[in-house]
Amino acid sequence: MRWQTKEKAVERIVSAVGLFSVIVLLLIGFFLFKEAFFIFYKIGVMKVLFGMAWYPTYEPPEFGMFPLIMGTVAVTILTSLLAIPLGIATAVYIAEVAHHRVKEILKPVIEMLASFPSVVLGFFGMVVVAPILSNWLSPILSEHIPELLRSTGIPLLSTTVADFFYDKLFIASGLNISTAALMLTARAIPVISSIAEDALTAVPRTYREASYSLGAGKWDTIWRVVIPSSVSGLSVAVILGIGTIVGETMIVLMVAGGAAVIPYWIFDAARPMPAAIAAEMAEAPFRSLHYHALFGIGAILFLITFGLSLLSDFISKKYRSVRIGEKI
Amino acid sequence: MTETFRDARAPIDALRKRGRNLTESFFLSLIRLLGSVGALILFAILFFVAYNGIHILSWEFITQPPLDAMTKGGIFPVIVGTVLLTMLCMIVVMPIGVTTAIFLSEYAKPGLLLKIVMMSIYTLAGVPSVVFGLFGLAVFVVTLNFGMSLLAGSLTLAIMVLPYIISTSEEALKAVPYSFKEASLACGATKWQTIRKVILPTALPGILTGAILGTAKVSGETAPIMFTAAAFFTTGLPRSVFEPVMALPYHIYVLATAGTHIEETRPIQYGTALTLIVLVLGMNLLGIILRSRQRKKRAW
Amino acid sequence: MVAGKNIFELKDFSFYYGDFLAVKSVNLGIEARKITAIIGPSGCGKSTLLRSLNRMNDLILTSRVEGEVLFHGVDIYRKDTDVIELRKRVGMVFQKPNPFPSSVYENVCYGPRIRGIKKKSQLDEIVENALVRADLWKEVKDKLHESGMSLSGGQMQRLCIARSLAQEPEVLLFDEPTSALDPISTANIENLLQELRKTITIVIVTHNMQQAARISDYTAFMYLGELIEFGETDTIFVNPYNKLTEEYITGRFG
Repeated sequence: MRWQTKEKAVERIVSAVGLFSVIVLLLIGFFLFKEAFFIFYKIGVMKVLFGMAWYPTYEPPEFGMFPLIMGTVAVTILTSLLAIPLGIATAVYIAEVAHHRVKEILKPVIEMLASFPSVVLGFFGMVVVAPILSNWLSPILSEHIPELLRSTGIPLLSTTVADFFYDKLFIASGLNISTAALMLTARAIPVISSIAEDALTAVPRTYREASYSLGAGKWDTIWRVVIPSSVSGLSVAVILGIGTIVGETMIVLMVAGGAAVIPYWIFDAARPMPAAIAAEMAEAPFRSLHYHALFGIGAILFLITFGLSLLSDFISKKYRSVRIGEKI
Repeated sequence: MTETFRDARAPIDALRKRGRNLTESFFLSLIRLLGSVGALILFAILFFVAYNGIHILSWEFITQPPLDAMTKGGIFPVIVGTVLLTMLCMIVVMPIGVTTAIFLSEYAKPGLLLKIVMMSIYTLAGVPSVVFGLFGLAVFVVTLNFGMSLLAGSLTLAIMVLPYIISTSEEALKAVPYSFKEASLACGATKWQTIRKVILPTALPGILTGAILGTAKVSGETAPIMFTAAAFFTTGLPRSVFEPVMALPYHIYVLATAGTHIEETRPIQYGTALTLIVLVLGMNLLGIILRSRQRKKRAW
Repeated sequence: MVAGKNIFELKDFSFYYGDFLAVKSVNLGIEARKITAIIGPSGCGKSTLLRSLNRMNDLILTSRVEGEVLFHGVDIYRKDTDVIELRKRVGMVFQKPNPFPSSVYENVCYGPRIRGIKKKSQLDEIVENALVRADLWKEVKDKLHESGMSLSGGQMQRLCIARSLAQEPEVLLFDEPTSALDPISTANIENLLQELRKTITIVIVTHNMQQAARISDYTAFMYLGELIEFGETDTIFVNPYNKLTEEYITGRFG
């Protein structure tokens, strides 16, 4: 065989394999929507997305996904409040503040946290965090503190505030969206911090030099120069972190409490979308409405994460550098 | 104007550190504090699982099958299941992943096609693991009729870890200096010969490190194998790739949530969790050490 | 030279990168409100020496110093030195113009802002003042809120100078400030330096000997980390004492 023929053949094969990922992505979309189509067709898109009742095994069954969607929204917001500041702070610590010896240890440690099996995080949440919340924190917050407040006799404090603690900070079960948010935070910190760290490291050294030569301190330089110039990278970190939280299954399955109702308070239980799929798929009869409904949830999850990926890709390409004046 | 301004400053005292740096040290300390939380969580969980699981771990625990409705005995078939799932997954994913990486770094020309491929890989990396599980169920278990099996689970895991393998391999390939390629081509080697004889061997350590880290990732995953491969209990070891298997992460989940003896099997749960952590973090640590060695040693 | 007129006084100053001795036991006085040029072939330690004067070398992890750098008679390498105050008073302009990716206005008031000046009128005044002193006001007064990156190379460099001037520094260190610029921009900057010298002490590193001869009052010649010769520019260029200096400035090496 002439070598040119061989080279051409190799190039064709390699290119064909290179398209494998595209095909897989298309197949994932195809199969999800194929299996999900029936539920939306049969029940109606609006009724599925905004239906308030998820009773898939009742007779007749109801497939309102709104409580599941709100479950995901609630844990995502709660987790973001913790994970975004912690993740970004970790990145700033590693990239800007830490002594290089600390950095050499902290970086792999965070990477190990990223590889931590989520089932173990869920397990830890179940056997450690949940009991701490319900057996230890709840009595303090909803019994001892109100008692103490009432005994002071100070207006407002001894009445309204005390009642708030008594009513709202009683934790009926440790398996609720707050516990889920705590464990999800452990999952999201390494995701956010590793991407954010890349963004911070990419800020040109000359910006830092200029800032230091003007007599700016380390914090001023970080806050007014480094962070503003890496805003786009940091947003990508946050978006991908949110994608991780939305799609994380085992933690919400094990510690979110499992109730398919809309959570109204931080100690309510919920059944976020991935948890519903994981918990119910084993019992859903093949090609039943329930089976199709679970694929419907999967399709929504796929669309959400797909959208987040597109958004982060768009941001990272569009806004390479951002004006720093806005921050000041 | 500047004259008086400048001379008014006492030159010596002004250079001494003063309380003005309070904000500075406050925020830097805050960053140090918040930035350490992730590490603290890791150590807290590690310590907790190790503390509760270390006395369960024994030679018998890892070499014996479960006994008495899993309240006694070991987790041998569970470990074997995870090892088989992981190995089969890597055997499938490595050729595809490395070839895709070769395509991206050596063959692909800039343009729409390359953009689509890159975007697909990027998107694939963000797809939730439970969605891969659904895909595996619809395609491998049902359409291809593999049933809940070792094969279906491994293929599902392979698709999940594919983007990771592609990106680590691509990084390794791109780290091969251009001068190596030039030298080979100058000797009259063809492109494919250059890739096979020069680029791949040079990139091999990096590719293998990516494989090790990928293996660590795969062996800890639960959601993709829940509906495609994992069994609550199997009698003995699988005899073919078409049989379901037990797996460490699924074992922890099932025993902790769905078993009939949740409290009685608690020690087994800790033992299994510790085994999984040692396996995953051990491989991960190995990968990290190898990678940092390669980066330091790189002479070119 | 009268010691009292010197704003900087280096005594047996040495600088190491790890094990590498980049500056060898230099003794040098820098007179206030004059331009001192440091010349020498690449890698002779002149930039390192310059960066030692406001401790920009602190950013390098493995660096180490010996000897003293006295600023107003105080050693700036003492443990209790406020590096931030030092850098405010001893500013620096780099080889490649490095404005922040923000507006002209924001670039100039960066320094005053981190020092807590918030009043708009006060900032406006500082910005105008600094830009006027940097001879840039006329060119940018209508585009203060456009990106500093949109200026020409020479303008960017004068913007960086204005950014330093907004701090009211006593000393400005220039690290080959014109090596990335065209001849006209270079001339502008040189004129500017002559103007600034009336109020500010200037130390400039340059590998362009004509530039050193044109603008400086004193010249220091460095070679392989050592200070070979130091004196009034006119003397050094017309009648160098050392053979090496003569060979360098007559273009026989370097």
